[in-house]
Amino acid sequence: MNDVRIGLTLGPLMFNWAPERVADFYARIADEAPVDRVYLGEVVCGKRSPLLEPALATAAERLERGGKQVVWSGLSIPANRRDRRAIAGLSAADEVIEVNDLSALSARSGPFVAGPLLNVYNEDAARELLMRGCVRLCPNIELSLDAVGGIARGCPELEIELFAFGRLPLALSGRCYHARVHGLHKDACQFVCDRDPDGLAVQTLEGRDFLAVNGVQTLSHGAHVAAAPLTDLRAAGVGALRLSPHSLDMVAVARAFRNFADGRVEPAALLVALRGLDPPGPLVAGYLHGQAGAAPAAV
Amino acid sequence: MPVELVCPAGSPAMLRAAVEAGADSVYCGLRDETNARNFPGLNFSPDELADAVGWARGRGAKVLVAVNTFARPGVTERWRAAVDAAADAGAHAVIAADLAVLSHAAKQHPGLRLHLSVQAAAGSPEAIAFYQREYGVKRVVLPRVLSVEEIAALMREVGVETEAFVFGGLCVMAEGRCALSSYVTGRSPNLSGVCSPPEAVAFTEEGGRLVTRLADFAMDRFGPDESAGYPTLCKGRFALEGEDPAYLFEDPVSLNAMALLAALDRAGVSAVKVEGRQRGKAYVARVAGVFRQAIDALARGQSIDHLEPMLLDLAEGGRQTAGAYRKTWR
Repeated sequence: MNDVRIGLTLGPLMFNWAPERVADFYARIADEAPVDRVYLGEVVCGKRSPLLEPALATAAERLERGGKQVVWSGLSIPANRRDRRAIAGLSAADEVIEVNDLSALSARSGPFVAGPLLNVYNEDAARELLMRGCVRLCPNIELSLDAVGGIARGCPELEIELFAFGRLPLALSGRCYHARVHGLHKDACQFVCDRDPDGLAVQTLEGRDFLAVNGVQTLSHGAHVAAAPLTDLRAAGVGALRLSPHSLDMVAVARAFRNFADGRVEPAALLVALRGLDPPGPLVAGYLHGQAGAAPAAV
Repeated sequence: MPVELVCPAGSPAMLRAAVEAGADSVYCGLRDETNARNFPGLNFSPDELADAVGWARGRGAKVLVAVNTFARPGVTERWRAAVDAAADAGAHAVIAADLAVLSHAAKQHPGLRLHLSVQAAAGSPEAIAFYQREYGVKRVVLPRVLSVEEIAALMREVGVETEAFVFGGLCVMAEGRCALSSYVTGRSPNLSGVCSPPEAVAFTEEGGRLVTRLADFAMDRFGPDESAGYPTLCKGRFALEGEDPAYLFEDPVSLNAMALLAALDRAGVSAVKVEGRQRGKAYVARVAGVFRQAIDALARGQSIDHLEPMLLDLAEGGRQTAGAYRKTWR
């Protein structure tokens, strides 16, 4: 039986890494990681973008030389004129872009990827975007594999790229929690989010690991892994798995997922391999099965 | 024209109480998963809705029907049916966030006013322009992330009515962009129309102190003299490693932007909205009454300073905030 190959992609970096670190990271991805597509660009906080632009432009060239497709991602919660200009600039591009806020569609006719931070919860909503140029959907992280399959069946023209590895992007706010916990104001934040390359760990008052703060974004503490049998992933229409960048060895993560997506290792072995790479938190997978997102990944 | 006062109705009795206390409009939902307050014993049957619309029209009040959750795959016809029921009942408008629901309403009921729900989180002129152009929305309920100054700037760029929350529960995260509740409980506003659902809540006594929990996660801890609040996830007490627990996201407070009514009016906001369909008719009667007095007093050029503290006992934790409307909140 000829199963369609499941691709691997690297999602946009959600954390505020220094430009040198960003450059080194993508140089290594370009040369060594078995990923087909890489999303570049700031999606969380527009204040970070100017510092990163030169490093990302260099990264884009390097990645393309390395045979990867580069897709530029847009901001998810535009807060001011600067953010709006950034989104408008992105929307004007001819090539495929990733949209994380619908403001990007107000003046766009070209193709786009619907990112996981958009609210596309059903096949009819997906069709609304398909009619407006959407070529690929990375479903919202809350959706179960059954729900993703429902969207895929109702909208078979749309390629599904499943959020498959990393802390889950759970919430966005007008308030910057990094600034707040450091006693600062968002408008004078001193970029304190750069101290936490995987987000700032938040525990319950009983000391249990819980969430991670990343500026205006709140992520899970646990690292989500879409370790479902390949037949289930294919049945849900999944054509690619998205890996979200973290400070661990992402090349090794990508290799582990390539082995998994090629059917060389079972889901259980994928989990073992990932645990050996020091993930940012315990491996979770509840959302896949329609359970609480924090439920442990188990096979 | 004075700003329109929009109040919640979780039942026909609450709808009548709101209108009799001075609401210009009431919003309500059908008794199913299509609305974001899908609690047992709450909401309207299609017949109750039709009766309520007729009753309200007789008193010059409008009924807005919230079909504001995101449809589940494979059963989107339930959401379309809710829009049809609202149209059949003669509702003044439908409040929706899901592209599927907006599309159905725009295509099948072109005469029905569409309001964009806060759950759509449309906070920029471009996002609003998209919904206006594609679905013909007439009013946008503003996400609670904008300051009054930003609302004023926004209103200079958009040709659409806006509605701003002024009282009740306060989402700290952008509405419609938050999955904290489902991460812990499996249910969330976008997936299920509920946040921090009651069936996941537990109160346990530990060492003379009361711990509130959501699923297995401790949300807060109270001493014998403290009154324990409901464990809404974003208003829990959490800790950074090695530090004392604190209200990391937001204190247990409620929104009261009465002091900003005049500023919101000047900014060009068409309507102000009260949260709380789950809170009953006594609540809505009091809140609607005091806000009615405030709006009328402002129209006469009178002070409303004496009115603002009158609703303090209805606030979560007995504390109020103007939230994101003041820039310092960020």
